[in-house]
Amino acid sequence: MTDSNYKEITALLCERLSALTNVDVEISPDTNLISQLSIDSIKLLNLIMEIEDAFDVSIPINALADVQTVRELADLVYKIKFASS
Amino acid sequence: MNLLEKLDAAAAARKALLPDGVGAFGVPIEEVYSATEARIGDRRVLLLGTNNYLGLTFAPECIRAAHEAIDSEGTGTTGSRMANGSYSGHRALEREFAEFYQCSSGIVFTTGYQANLGTISGLVGPGDTVLIDGDSHASIYDGCILSGADIIRFKHNDPADMEKRLRRLGGRVETTLIIAEGIYSMLGDQAPLAEIVEIKKAYGGVLLLDEAHSLGVLGETGQGLVEKTGLLKDVDFITGTFSKSLCSIGGFCVSNHPQLEQLRYVSHPYIFTASPSPATIASTRAALELLRKGNHLREQLWRNCTQLYTQLKEAGYRLGPDPGPVIAAIVDTPQQALMLWQKLLENNIYVNLILPPAAPEGKSLVRCSVNAAHTQEQIQYVGDVFTRLRALI
Repeated sequence: MTDSNYKEITALLCERLSALTNVDVEISPDTNLISQLSIDSIKLLNLIMEIEDAFDVSIPINALADVQTVRELADLVYKIKFASS
Repeated sequence: MNLLEKLDAAAAARKALLPDGVGAFGVPIEEVYSATEARIGDRRVLLLGTNNYLGLTFAPECIRAAHEAIDSEGTGTTGSRMANGSYSGHRALEREFAEFYQCSSGIVFTTGYQANLGTISGLVGPGDTVLIDGDSHASIYDGCILSGADIIRFKHNDPADMEKRLRRLGGRVETTLIIAEGIYSMLGDQAPLAEIVEIKKAYGGVLLLDEAHSLGVLGETGQGLVEKTGLLKDVDFITGTFSKSLCSIGGFCVSNHPQLEQLRYVSHPYIFTASPSPATIASTRAALELLRKGNHLREQLWRNCTQLYTQLKEAGYRLGPDPGPVIAAIVDTPQQALMLWQKLLENNIYVNLILPPAAPEGKSLVRCSVNAAHTQEQIQYVGDVFTRLRALI
């Protein structure tokens, strides 16, 4: 577990989210996926598939119930990717 | 936002899509004249918005069986099979489904929705994994959520993507349930079952196939995609519904795994609900018999499907990849879909309007369901109206 791993995850999430939305919002770790980026459920599920491929992990979609912000999504990916490291 | 205001927000979103006076969802059907015609408002319409694929809703054999069952057993069972008992009809229908699919056992559920909910939540639980097609029906998603298992999606009808995700699960594949559908309800396309079976054989896992839309439609005797592909023995669990080709309400699961019987003791959607009524069971049994012998119905259905699919394709509509009883015209916006749906109704044709997020990938669909009872002239008329309306979108 390193800071650079976490930063890499956050940076990729911000990049993918930016490509996915037409909203004029600067995306930061505190950005709310629903209220600020208007990401609907289908887009979010498809984004998860992209993230799974980018980091070679399996992210159960039921884990998304607790995710509202970019930071919470980054925490989830980080936890799954490096849980056994 | 409080609890009730959340519903107000949902109502506002619906109203933004559907102006007052447009009742595209839950259309009131005042009278039903036949398997292909009904009255909506003061219009006599052609029904292309039902899932009556074999056109058996008015089959005399089914109506007679339902009447006799009401006369002899009453209108309802008034309770669950676990607490209140199983009628001979429930058990007979389970045997008939098992025999139809050459399986050792079968279970009947009260609805098709509950068949998926009950089977999936009975088979997997917390700590297990379900690997599902991204375009799966809501009953599959809800069954997975109810189970508490980890839910992983693969790209719709993409075996390579499925393989990648199954491989990624590593040792967890041993407790993984893979789920696909014979025919997908939105675009009418069929699962690449041969590839799915090969991947499952290579990596492991248990395979469940939902034949809801393919029962009665595919295969020599109407078993569905398992029969069309010759892969019946390679699928672990098959679920399906009575509410499409069998023209009643209910669902089933069949399997050669003896553990299927245990679902009766662990599956809440099976245990905590009233069992199907005697009339429902009796008409379903009669319909299953007609379905098995219904090659002539399947031939007529496929003639109708091919005719309409070809006509819409030639008119320039974007359609799903496979001709079949579900033929969906894909349009760019919800507004275009609504306009097309309204114009069709003005021309006395009733179809289904499907707007995001119900359709995959944010698509908007105007969906036709073709059946074996439609005449060639009816299908031609529908195709001609669609062709005329093409210029509007």
